[in-house]
Amino acid sequence: MIRVEQLSKHFADVTAVDKLDLQVGEGEVLGFLGPNGAGKSTTMKMLTGFLSPCSGKVSICGHDIEKQRLEAQKIIGYLPEGAPSYGDMTVKQFLDFIAAIRGFRGVDKTRKVAEAVEKVSLQGVLGRSVETLSKGFKRRVGLAQAILHDPKVLILDEPTDGLDPNQKQHVRELIQNLSRDKIVIISTHILEEVTAVCTRAVIIADGKLCSDGSPEQLLAQSRYHNAVNFHLAEPCDSLALLGGIDGVAEVEISECGRRIVVLAQRGQFIYPQVDDFIRQRALVIDSISVERGRLDEVFQRITRLQEQKQEAVR
Amino acid sequence: MTGWWSFLAIFKRELLGYFATPLAFIFIVIFLMLSGIFTFYLGDFYQRGQADLQSFFTFHPWLYLILVPAIAMRLWAEERRSGTIELIMTLPVSRWIWVAGKFAAGWVFIGLNLLLTFPMWLTVNYLGSPDNGVILAGYLGSWLMAGGFLAISCCMSALSKSQVIAFVMSLLVCFLFTMSGYTMVLDVFYGWAPLWMIDAIASISFLNHFDSITKGVISLQDILYFVSVIVAWLTANTLLIALNKAE
Repeated sequence: MIRVEQLSKHFADVTAVDKLDLQVGEGEVLGFLGPNGAGKSTTMKMLTGFLSPCSGKVSICGHDIEKQRLEAQKIIGYLPEGAPSYGDMTVKQFLDFIAAIRGFRGVDKTRKVAEAVEKVSLQGVLGRSVETLSKGFKRRVGLAQAILHDPKVLILDEPTDGLDPNQKQHVRELIQNLSRDKIVIISTHILEEVTAVCTRAVIIADGKLCSDGSPEQLLAQSRYHNAVNFHLAEPCDSLALLGGIDGVAEVEISECGRRIVVLAQRGQFIYPQVDDFIRQRALVIDSISVERGRLDEVFQRITRLQEQKQEAVR
Repeated sequence: MTGWWSFLAIFKRELLGYFATPLAFIFIVIFLMLSGIFTFYLGDFYQRGQADLQSFFTFHPWLYLILVPAIAMRLWAEERRSGTIELIMTLPVSRWIWVAGKFAAGWVFIGLNLLLTFPMWLTVNYLGSPDNGVILAGYLGSWLMAGGFLAISCCMSALSKSQVIAFVMSLLVCFLFTMSGYTMVLDVFYGWAPLWMIDAIASISFLNHFDSITKGVISLQDILYFVSVIVAWLTANTLLIALNKAE
């Protein structure tokens, strides 16, 4: 269990994190979202004991990060932003070094390094120096370093930033396989990641917690939640009538009248009615689907709201 | 116990780090060349006609003044520039173990440089019959003094992201520590400053403590002096890292 209480951090006159409260339990994969400069990385730096908070408390599985820093750090695996590592070392040397620092020796060390290498598929580049690796491989070296000691708590700052789609998929699978009895916190800009791997999503803006819930709950806040999205083979002029259907909030038409998005009122499911409408008028459609919601839209609304609040205070 | 293993791991990495690039070898060559030039040309090794290494050791403070800051400048500045400071400070190792590990690696590297000056010792033994005890004391004293320079330079390296700034700062502070025993500096204080102050300024000088060791007098006082200089600067180093690691 990670407990964060009233956590604050100021740099000169900038407030990076503002009285943040958060609890993350075992088995949770927490997606940490927010615009650039929202305080995500700063929070993670305080969770891992790199930065000291100005006020507030962080407890990692019962260990206070300020008073029992080393105890807490033993059970944390951390991938800092940009996955820094020693460029002059080979991958093998680097991972051996991390394992040695973490107190593994002999056969134990060899086994731990081999396991981590296998999990992130680094076998092919073990003898190459880190600085000659591509961005994707460097990120994987960082990941290997973070999971090497099989940590209880895994904190990953933008683990898939700069990776190609295949690599992203690989990292996500890795996180999913890891996370059964662990606590995983991932910060990301990529919203699709949240629905793909997270069991819970937290949005912060201006150092404050703005939203906390499952990805489904977040999607349900979207205007597009349960919206019906279809594409017409031929344009049709009776589309305005869609607006008259019970439960419809709005109709958005684009692509020269062919792409139609029918937005539902909150809590309404309008697919059957829209389906009837299409059948009655014998419209020819290429595709039709019900949207779960759009995270980017929810994200923008929530973070902008916070910005406006902040402006008002100033 | 884990702390000891972590220390060893850090020590090993840093020491090998010197040899990861040709830098270490270039460094050794420069060190040996300069110490040779200083001894034979500036130190009048032959003209003095004495079977000792006095003219070799006399120039060590000046040699270290330039070379030790160069050895130490990357130790912390590079960690901060590349962001690895965040990685290493979130590993379960006390900060002073990092400081000690990095220092020890640099110190051993300097020790290696010193050992490689053994032809000097062979030469003087071939030409005459020197007091090898005095020479051994000189080597020990030189290494201890190098430790003092190194501790200052490590601490200065933790001040900045830039290796160049770290180098210049180290040079400056090391220079002050070296020069404070010279009459040139002390003259400024004579006449107006109380005697105890002049004594205090003179006594923090590396030169005074080093001179007596090279003459074969290893006093506990001098050893304690260098050890406390090292401990003090490394303590400051540890505090600096805890303070401004994020910037």
